[in-house]
Amino acid sequence: MKIRLVDIAHARSGDKGDTANVGVIALDPSWYPLLARELTAARVSRHFEGMITGPVDRFELPNLKALNFLLHGALDGGGTISLKTDAQGKVFSTALLRMVLDIPDDEAGKLKLPVARG
Amino acid sequence: MKKLVRVAAGQGFWGDDLDAPRRQAEGGEIDYLMLDYLAEVTMSILQKQKERDPAMGYARDFVGAIESVLPAITERGVRVIANAGGVNPPACAAAVMEMAKTRGAAGKLKIGVVTGDDLLPRIDELIGAGHELANMDTGAPLSTVRGEVIAANAYIGSEPILEALTQGANIVVTGRSTDTALTMAPLRYEFGWRADDWDKLASGIVAGHIIECGAQASGGNCLHDWRNIPDLANVGYPIAEVAPDGTFTITKHAGTGGRVSVPTVTEQLVYEMGDPVSYITPDVVADFTTIHLEQAGENRVRVQGIKGGPPTDKLKVSIAYRAGFKAVGTLVYSWPDALDKARAAERILRERLDRLGLRFDHVLAELVGHSSTHGPLAGGPGDVPEVQLRFGVRGPDRKAVERFTREIAPLVLNGPPSVTGFAGGRPKVEEIVAYWPALIEKTQVTSKVQLIA
Repeated sequence: MKIRLVDIAHARSGDKGDTANVGVIALDPSWYPLLARELTAARVSRHFEGMITGPVDRFELPNLKALNFLLHGALDGGGTISLKTDAQGKVFSTALLRMVLDIPDDEAGKLKLPVARG
Repeated sequence: MKKLVRVAAGQGFWGDDLDAPRRQAEGGEIDYLMLDYLAEVTMSILQKQKERDPAMGYARDFVGAIESVLPAITERGVRVIANAGGVNPPACAAAVMEMAKTRGAAGKLKIGVVTGDDLLPRIDELIGAGHELANMDTGAPLSTVRGEVIAANAYIGSEPILEALTQGANIVVTGRSTDTALTMAPLRYEFGWRADDWDKLASGIVAGHIIECGAQASGGNCLHDWRNIPDLANVGYPIAEVAPDGTFTITKHAGTGGRVSVPTVTEQLVYEMGDPVSYITPDVVADFTTIHLEQAGENRVRVQGIKGGPPTDKLKVSIAYRAGFKAVGTLVYSWPDALDKARAAERILRERLDRLGLRFDHVLAELVGHSSTHGPLAGGPGDVPEVQLRFGVRGPDRKAVERFTREIAPLVLNGPPSVTGFAGGRPKVEEIVAYWPALIEKTQVTSKVQLIA
């Protein structure tokens, strides 16, 4: 079953130099293990292919039901150097939430995951 | 010892809501007002201002902020801690005193001025002594851009602010202290936390991190349930109510808009986060994986369980250097075939720049309204990836128009979420020179010529 990340998580992002960070937070605490399983560094790196030039670091915060990703080389040099509209990585958060996950039907039913609209 | 110390955030960056400090001071009981003015890029802007005028180089909004909270300081004993000093804390303090004199309050202020973060005069000495000051991202030594350096400031911790409070300051002005130290210092002062009481110090850092971006912890720029966050026009800025054991509650004044909930606080906790296990500050290394949040009533979030450890032996240094020039222009193309026209314009412009023989390190064309923020992830036409809000005002009162230009930026941290593209700063006020066609009788007009020698 297709599950949109934006339906099961919220997020905020920010910058440190040329690195954007994205914190992803489960909308329901019971969905955190699924997020932690699905959102691997490799998966996130593929998601941002063409948008970032460096690697992706991943950190777990089970206490906050959150994951933190560092996207290196995301900001065209970052700060005042960058020519990007989003020079401070403010909306990499929502860019990550565009991800669509493939979740087994029975698991999605058990966790009461919202089904993708449209 | 107080049983509870209330630290209220009134400014999350230089450019934030001018009225927020006053609302924090007057909206209810607080002990400390914490104003954070400095982002990474701010110091270089201030340094340039100081080069033009040696009496400048600080966040000038701070003077107005203090003026707006003078009664709270002089009559109710509220103390203010701010990094508004930028690269010139003494000038900042002098400007505040000057203002206070005109209000007859100068005798009631004691301003603590914290300096020592400015390393610019010592750069060559430091490099000569073997300090590479290597770029934390690229590893390149500072000597490679030495000639271009215009500001160098160390992030200093809570110790000097604590000292200023101990000496009786009711306003403390710092330069490049860490944002979190502004909250930590009054807690150490009030509760006497030892410099090696790692868990309590880590709690102070986490409290500081939560409130340092102002309303971004209390419903501003919050994606979670954003449509239902009430009354952001009157958003309440966050307040940390801290107990002597380091546990604390995040809340906001009654009767204000916004929201303090586990999701709003969590979004702020992950903002600009690196490795959550080691959030490094000059005072302590805090472990963000030990933070426990709990809703403890309406607009109240209880925070506890925080662990910390000893700091490293280094301070982060914020260095600004000249790195060339840039300019960005915008054009809007309309239906039909808006996107194709914009792409055609981009091709033409690139070709013309080539023909002119101009060379740039980087040229970036973005299609705002199509793919500028989400790149190839942006979906089809029904799934608008971005919308540019263009908002203008016009009127006879320059001051009113000027004031309007200060109302845009605060929305970044205290309005709806997922906002970007604000790096151009405040809009410029332009004087309108308008066209007025009219008629007059020829006989009424006589030409005169006068020469001045």
